[in-house]
Amino acid sequence: MKVTETIEIEIFRYLPDKDNEPFFKSYKVPYREDWVVLDAINYIKDEIDGTISYRWSCRMGVCGSCGMMVNGEPKLACSTFLKEYRLGKIRVEPLQGFPVERDLIIDINDFMEKLKAVKPYILRKEEDEKPIEEGEYLQSPAELARYKQYTLCINCMLCYAACPIYSLNSEFIGPAAIALAQRYNLDSRDQGRNHRQEMIASHEGIWECTFVGECSVVCPKDVDPAAAIQRAKVSSTIDWFMNMIMPLSKTK
Amino acid sequence: MTTYRKPVSNTWWLERKQYFFFVIRELTSIFVAGYCLFLLFIISEIGDGQEKYTLLILSLKSPISLVLHFISLPFILYHTITWFNLTPKIMKLQIGEEIISEKLIIGLVYISWGILSLMIFWLILGV
Repeated sequence: MKVTETIEIEIFRYLPDKDNEPFFKSYKVPYREDWVVLDAINYIKDEIDGTISYRWSCRMGVCGSCGMMVNGEPKLACSTFLKEYRLGKIRVEPLQGFPVERDLIIDINDFMEKLKAVKPYILRKEEDEKPIEEGEYLQSPAELARYKQYTLCINCMLCYAACPIYSLNSEFIGPAAIALAQRYNLDSRDQGRNHRQEMIASHEGIWECTFVGECSVVCPKDVDPAAAIQRAKVSSTIDWFMNMIMPLSKTK
Repeated sequence: MTTYRKPVSNTWWLERKQYFFFVIRELTSIFVAGYCLFLLFIISEIGDGQEKYTLLILSLKSPISLVLHFISLPFILYHTITWFNLTPKIMKLQIGEEIISEKLIIGLVYISWGILSLMIFWLILGV
């Protein structure tokens, strides 16, 4: 009989209707070179234990649904191969720093509110608004290049899970939301930076960040939120100096 | 709905090596700040004439001073190097549609460091 190699996966279980305390449950799944952690969890759900709950959708690193802690690192389960952990054990937990609703499912409401709070859409001054008939606000490729990187975010929240500041203080607006604000602040068509500043330049905003830099390391899309936050700090500092020198002037 | 929140332990910074290196980077700033104060002190002493200057040189050569310098040096180097490597996160440069690569920015920072150090050597040694 052919001996099939297996790999052990420990999954964080939290079933609030049965037990108030979470626990880990271990499963043995076949080891396959081409399997990712999500394949293994799907196998468990289909073949071993149908009660585990988790989020997933696209299986190709685009939807941002399957973020989990894999051996303590925030990862997209669909892009993390079993072979990275061969001969070891895999421990899967819900994303760090968020309240857990059930098993690997976290409550994402706080994150959604934060995204909304930074006004992630093009804002124009009333006098600069033009009627639809006059067409789009044009933009050069160089102007697009200024912020394009920050548009690539898939809202997977790995950056929040990597951020110790967010774990310690969930009031912090956090990496993805600030990167999104920067995406619009750097957009040549946008005039809404002042409206975002109130939130971004507050204590819960950029100044809460101590530049650990892990948000950018774990980002599966190379959005580099740490850079977005530091650049926002530089702009806010310049604003502060400008206001000191010219108290009556108004920056964009 | 009841939710579970994993408590954050006081030793969170020991749980991932990246956090540990971050905390070390933050701690090294104490040495940098300390050394800045020390340099200011040296400047004020030098301004007080020949006698103080000779005493200062002697005290700088003392074993305590040498030990403190040997302890401070790696911390200050660690601080400098980690911040140099983070420069491109703070400074994004763009020429036309091209974003200047992070490695180039880091390289330029090291080159500037080298040039400035050479200038200081030249100033001190008068070579």
